[in-house]
Order: sequence, then C-alpha cells, then structure tokens
Amino acid sequence: MRSRSLILGAVLCVVVVATALISFIWTPYDITQMDIPNKLQTPSLTHPFGTDHFGRDILSMIMIGARTSLAVALVAVGIGMGLGVPLGLWAAARKGGWTDEIIMRGNDLVFAFPALVIAILITAVFGAGATNAIIAIGIFNIPVFARITRGAALSLWEREFILAARVSGKGAARISLEHILPNVMNLLIVQGTIQFSLGILAEAGLSYVGLGAQPPVPSWGRMLADSQTMVSFAPHLALVPGLAIVISVLGLNLLGDGLRDYLDPRIRVART
Amino acid sequence: MLRYSLKRLLSLVISLAVASLVIFAVIEVAPGDPASFMLGINAQPDTVAALRAELGLDMSKPQRYVAWVTGMLSGDFGTSYTYRTPVAQMIADRMWISLPLAIYALTLSTLIAFPAGIYAASRRGKGGDVAVMGATQLGIAVPNFWFAMMLVLIFAINLRWFSAGGFPGWDKGFWLSMKALTLPAISLALPQSAILARVMRSSLLDILGEDFMRTARAKGLTRRQALWRHGLRNALIPVLTIIGLQFSFLLAGGIIIEQVFFLPGLGRLIFQAISARDLIVVESVVMLLVFSVILVNFLVDLAYAAVDPRLRSRT
Repeated sequence: MRSRSLILGAVLCVVVVATALISFIWTPYDITQMDIPNKLQTPSLTHPFGTDHFGRDILSMIMIGARTSLAVALVAVGIGMGLGVPLGLWAAARKGGWTDEIIMRGNDLVFAFPALVIAILITAVFGAGATNAIIAIGIFNIPVFARITRGAALSLWEREFILAARVSGKGAARISLEHILPNVMNLLIVQGTIQFSLGILAEAGLSYVGLGAQPPVPSWGRMLADSQTMVSFAPHLALVPGLAIVISVLGLNLLGDGLRDYLDPRIRVART
Repeated sequence: MLRYSLKRLLSLVISLAVASLVIFAVIEVAPGDPASFMLGINAQPDTVAALRAELGLDMSKPQRYVAWVTGMLSGDFGTSYTYRTPVAQMIADRMWISLPLAIYALTLSTLIAFPAGIYAASRRGKGGDVAVMGATQLGIAVPNFWFAMMLVLIFAINLRWFSAGGFPGWDKGFWLSMKALTLPAISLALPQSAILARVMRSSLLDILGEDFMRTARAKGLTRRQALWRHGLRNALIPVLTIIGLQFSFLLAGGIIIEQVFFLPGLGRLIFQAISARDLIVVESVVMLLVFSVILVNFLVDLAYAAVDPRLRSRT
C-alpha cells in the first residue's frame, strides 16, 4: 500500500515535470497566435483538450502553465528552506537562549497570520505578478521549515555522536552543518514535497483572483478564472486546468507520504 | 491555569501589536497617494492637500499608526476613501455573509469528517479505511475554488437546483439565504473535512493503542463500546484544535469562494477596495481577519489547557 503511493506519486510528478520541461522546446501549437475561427472547440484529435475563446490550444497552455506553477512553488519552497533551515539549526544550537526564543516567537507569529489574506495583501499592495506571489507564498514556508528543523535537531543534539563531535572540538556551527543537517535532510525532503504541493494550490488561488502571473504568461489559476463565464457552454475550459492542479498536488502529496515511510527506517521495521 | 492564561493573553497582545505594525507598514509603503488617486490626475495641488488633511494623511506616520489603532480599539475603523462611509459599517454589513458562511462550512466539515474518520479508524488497514484515506488524499488535492466551479456546473447550470451565485439577503428569508450559501459552504467544507477526517483517524488510532483502552476491553466492553465510551472523548482533544484552526482558515478561505459565487462578503469587499486603492478598507479588513484568527487560536489554547491539565505546565 505504502510503496504503491510512492510509485503512483512519483509517476504523477514525473509526468507533470516532464510536461513543463517539454514545453520549453515544443508545444503542439503556438499559444501567442490567436485562431478565432477555431475558438471554443471541444476536445478532438487536432486539439486533445480543445481550444479557448481565442482559439488557443488548451494542451499547449496547460504545458506552459505547468512551468509557472512549478517555478512559483519551487522558488517559494527554496525561500522557505533557505531561510527556515538555518534559523531552525541556529535555534536548536542555542536551545533555551534568547536567540532560540526570538526565532521561535517570530515563527509563532507568522503561523498565526492567515497566509492567504497576507498573500493577497502583499500582492495587492506591491503589484500582482509571479515574483510577488513567490515572495508571499515563500514567507509562510519559512516558519514551517524552521520549526521542523529545530524539532529534529533538538533531539539530535542529545545523541552521543554529537557529544563526540563536541569533544573533538568542533563548534556549534560546524556540528550543525556537518552532523545535524545531513540527519534532518530526509525530514526536510518530505516536508519540501508537502510545501511544494501547498505552493501550487496557493499559486492557483492567487492567479485565480488575478494576483498571480500576469497575461500573456499562462497559468492554471487564471485559465480557471477566464473559463468561469464560459463554463455553461464550454465546461472543458474549467475541467482541464482544474484536473492539472489536482494531478500535480495529488502526485506531490502521495510522493511525500511514500517518501516519509520509505526514508523512516523505524516504520519499515514496524511493518515487516 | 491563571498563570497560563495570563501568559497566553500576553502573547495574544504582542501578536496583535506586531500584526498591526506589519499591516500598517505594508500599507504605508504602497505606491500612490490615495488623495491624488481619488481626485484624478488633473486635480489642483491645493485640493489634493485639502483632501489629504481631511483624510488625516498629513500627519506623521507614527501619529497615523496611533490614530488607526486607537480608533479600531474604540470601534472606529476609519472612513472609506471611495464610499465616504465608515469602514466599521461596511465590515458589519459584509460580516453577516462571511461569518455565517464560515460557521455553515465548519458544521458541514465536522459532520462529514467525524463519521469518516471514526469509520476509517475502526476499519484500520481494511478496504473501508483505504477507500476513505484515498478519498481524503483527493479531497486535499482539490482546490476549493475549482471544486466550487464544478458544483456550479453540476448543481446550478445542469440540474438547476441552486442559483449559480449571488445572495438574496437575510431579510428575504432565512432558508432562501441558507440555500444561497449551501454550494459555497460545501466547496469550502469538503477539502477541510478531508484534513479533519485524517486527524480524527490518526488521533483515534493513537488512543486505541493506549493502556486504558486495553483495560476497558479487559473489563468486558466490546471494541465498539470501548471506542465510544473511552476512545472518542480522548481522541477529540487534538481534533478540537484543528477545528479551531479551520474556523479561521474558513473565514479567510471564504475570500476566494466569495469571488466564485459573487457573494457580497468580506472577500468581495477586499477585492473591490484593492482595485479602487481604498487602502484604509484593505488595512482594516485584513487586520480584522488577522485579529479573529489570533483570537480563535488563543481561545483554542485556553480550551485545550482547560481539558488537559498537562499542557498548563508547558510553555
């Protein structure tokens, strides 16, 4: 059951990533070209997912939209990890000290904010666009990674091999980097896939309300927003981008769940 | 308990203070002057200056911050730049849609999640468990606004059971209004119930492994009796925390769902204010949402400590 979710998740993720990568070198049609005579076509052999109100090929738009979704979510996870992990390591190394206290209280504070509302505030004030969407989503990834890193690092600091490293004269920074970080990496990878999927959902939401990537860059969320007025006579316009989001998020979540069990030896032992 | 409550209260106040500072700062650095935006590009400089004075924009930043915060504390949220009506009044009007929507969605989410979670836990590892867990994976992956569009497509456009959007107003009848909120509430509730069902299940499974559950079985209770009498009550504690968190999420998440269904709630108010650069409205609505989220978390913390004394000693 568990390894099945790992495989299914991995397959779905490969499909989504491959779709995004292929779009750099090839798409079935050029989406910058309007083709009004062929507008709002239902799925057919020439247009597998149909065409939109400008006659653009939906499959091509989905492929390029995958780039936007993945790029925004990936960089947002990068921000979260890049800042959150060092903060978490630092807080754990200074356990109980004032730096630990400040970092953790700051985390609680960011956690307390309704992420979506603040993301809307940031993009609304600083202008809609992919960059601001990335920042808005990324900020809320920082405390997630800081907290999980600190939690895991704290228990590692109690272990003998860390004591051995301290006895051999290594400083806190070096121990964190050489011994703690490699041991929390599994946890971070699993959390990374989860935050990645949340990032895709958040990006879709922001694009849907017009605060994400701006035209002409296609994004799944905005394709959904555009389709809303046409959903009664062209339901495929709403169906396809939505399914693309579901498949990506589902794939990442299954991959995360599968990886967690695969990378955590304790669960493996318990199962056999 | 008193010590713990005071400590939480202090952190509540600090959170709110920092939150208000952050929101104020973000709005302050927003490009564009509201007064010149309202009057257009052809306005005379002295007219703009007069309007700036009227709006209180000529005060220094710290003065404006203090005025904003003290105003909110006494229920005065400022005056909308575009509508020239008190923001408090605008919020109060919209609240009667957003708040019932959040409560409605929370109720639905709980009603779906509890049976699903309990059923999955009681059938652990069997077909029913796998099916429920698979369904929750899907539920988590579905963006609620897309789910909302699909509901509109099926139940409003094809079956014509509901209207596709809009809100008649509570004065037009309670059931009519509830009907208008039904599709929005379902679309908000379903993804949340997927999360809640998973928490319910894992919390119950943790409890089922406890010694007191074995004791309950040993004294002659059946599995089912033990689950209902002893398991459920103990499993509810973490579930209640999640419900508290979900309420705030539903209040904020309603912002996008209101867009799908054209509901004139807080969400639409925010987006209208954003496009009109009516920043005082944006500022106050965001602060209000943040306040309710922080307040709910605070109340959940207290409720949690009240039922579980072990927590009071921690932090």
